[in-house]
Amino acid sequence: MGMTMQTSKFRRRAPGLAALFLSAAALTEPALAEDYNSAKAAGLIGERMDGYVGVVGAGTPELRRIADDTNIKRKAVYAEQAQSQHATVEEYAFTSGCLLIAKTSPGMKYQAPDGSWKTRTTAPPLRDSRCP
Amino acid sequence: MLIAGSAALSGCISVNAPDKPIVIELNINIKQEVIYRLAADAANTIKENSDIF
Repeated sequence: MGMTMQTSKFRRRAPGLAALFLSAAALTEPALAEDYNSAKAAGLIGERMDGYVGVVGAGTPELRRIADDTNIKRKAVYAEQAQSQHATVEEYAFTSGCLLIAKTSPGMKYQAPDGSWKTRTTAPPLRDSRCP
Repeated sequence: MLIAGSAALSGCISVNAPDKPIVIELNINIKQEVIYRLAADAANTIKENSDIF
């Protein structure tokens, strides 16, 4: 779903629609989630061992922005939960990474223990021996 | 003299870097027992924050 809006054209034609575009900010949050989900499904963004996402290959500025945004939010959640669980952020993040890699669907990318990106198949993913 | 020379050579230490980078270096101190302890809470966190996971 394209999100480019020619607001000046609409403002000339229908001033009443200005209110709709004021809510554009609310629309950008779900749009970001959609891009994140489709990027993951396409294997453009992969699950790293450390619990964060990484851009697979050269990537694009947009993919890097999605990855950075996701990782910032993940880190905040990890930090909060780690504190309540009396663990380090790294421990909580790594644990999450184990689970997230296990949850990947075929076609998604994940980081194997040797550091390389692998494409998930119906077979179980390669994970660190410490993962549950 | 040749034997003495080879005995000295046998003490050499190879300092070649491994072909592959040591990827898990950063996670090397995370113990399995901690991961198991956190697993249930982490699973719940993932479920509750599905937009970023």
